[in-house]
Amino acid sequence: MSETVRSDFTPVPRVSAVPQPRYETPLVPRNSIAGRALVAVVAIMTFLASLTTGGVILVSKAASEWQSDVSHEMTVQIIPASGRDTDADVAKATAVVKNFPGIADVQAYTREQSAKLLEPWLGSGLTLDELPVPRLIVVKVARGAAPDLPQLRNDLTQQVPGAVLDDHRGWIDRMRTMSGTAIAIGVTILVLMIAATILSVTFATRGAMATNKTVIEVLHFVGAKNRFIAENFQRHFLLLGLEGGAIGGGAAVALFALAAGLSRWFGSTAGGEQTTALFGSFAIGIGGYVAVLFQVFLIAGVTAFTSRHTVNSTLEMID
Amino acid sequence: MGPEVLRDLTFRIEPHSFQFLTGPSGAGKTSLLRLLFLSLKPTRGLITQFGHDVATLSKDAVATLRRRIGIVFQDFRLLDHMSTYENVALPLRVMGRPEDSYREEVIELLNWVGLGERIWALPPVLSGGEKQRAAIARAVIARPQLLLADEPTGNVDPTLGQRLLRLFIELNKSGTSVVIATHDIALMDQYDARRLVLHDGRLHIYD
Repeated sequence: MSETVRSDFTPVPRVSAVPQPRYETPLVPRNSIAGRALVAVVAIMTFLASLTTGGVILVSKAASEWQSDVSHEMTVQIIPASGRDTDADVAKATAVVKNFPGIADVQAYTREQSAKLLEPWLGSGLTLDELPVPRLIVVKVARGAAPDLPQLRNDLTQQVPGAVLDDHRGWIDRMRTMSGTAIAIGVTILVLMIAATILSVTFATRGAMATNKTVIEVLHFVGAKNRFIAENFQRHFLLLGLEGGAIGGGAAVALFALAAGLSRWFGSTAGGEQTTALFGSFAIGIGGYVAVLFQVFLIAGVTAFTSRHTVNSTLEMID
Repeated sequence: MGPEVLRDLTFRIEPHSFQFLTGPSGAGKTSLLRLLFLSLKPTRGLITQFGHDVATLSKDAVATLRRRIGIVFQDFRLLDHMSTYENVALPLRVMGRPEDSYREEVIELLNWVGLGERIWALPPVLSGGEKQRAAIARAVIARPQLLLADEPTGNVDPTLGQRLLRLFIELNKSGTSVVIATHDIALMDQYDARRLVLHDGRLHIYD
């Protein structure tokens, strides 16, 4: 209630610096040292847990992007052999693959394009005729299709001797193992992180509650029912948890947004392209932000639940 | 389990009665008050409060019963983050009464106990005597049917002690049963009332 409606009563000040009238101060003190420490603990733990969640999401997104990109592509290599027209072999192999069921697109690298691929290593002005460099044909598999690869491999070997089909199976398998391991490690760290968060929040809440034992006792002695006391404490600690969670989660979200912005900004550079190819765009996406938000509420809920539990056990002790 | 502090006590506090509870230090005055306030359970025996066997009461029923009892603790038990006004109004707030319904009552009582100028002060800046008076005001604000006071004049000068005793007598005249635990002989001599004397864990009653 505002002070203006209370103008019917004017307290007589003892000294000029007398405290302002306070009619319904919250029953649980707001700004205690233990309360501020709890906010700090919740903020730090939420921040670290959010970073871990974001990390797991980034790795899992990058891994699934790699896998889907690679598994939709195959390569045909035409190895030059003496007495054979490599260009004709490339054209023939392209035709064989193009007419095979389940293939969406076939693109043969021209002599110039192949030279360009090797330019970073062998320098410009390279003439491929002087080197037995294999020519590449990039084959894109139609979405949802599963071409009969042994048959395609057989057709190619029969019609174009020296053609090798690489479906990247070995690479995909290694990639799957690597990303699976990375995700498993990330999830384990996340679970440990959340467990550590819950434990530290629980202990910090208990610490903060210990300073409020007198409040519980006094409320109890003036006839407050246990539910009334527990609700007041739960509300207070839920607000503290939300405050800490919002600070920690907000900082993590800001950091992710900044990383996503920077990765977009650097995306056009050569280093940026490689980083994007490896780690994706550093954007955790809507799902990631929802996960961070969920963690904020989870941690605030844990704080509130712990305070209620501690109040109840304190009341049991008083009884 | 330690030794029995109190044993074989049988007494009744009549409605509208006034009594002093006295005895040497360590005789068990505070323990007896806590038993009467339902904050301590007897290891054996029966306590009946307002017609209820307290051993059979639920927690909520104990809380409801406590609203009919006012208590003044020796160590005051005021909440440091709340003003004197809020501390005194606490029992009414806990009952769920809206603040504007009790404001005048609380301020009137605070003026009566001489804290009219300390209404908005926080307990840490109050003197021992002021805290004592605030604790007494909190105990009586809800007009309890039973008032229990543990050394209520221990921290005040004799003049204020007399004034507080008058407050208890007034309250008693308006229907509240009063039990004052004290070993202040001078205070007891000021008012002719029943005396419950604790000695060696036993109770001697002098009507």
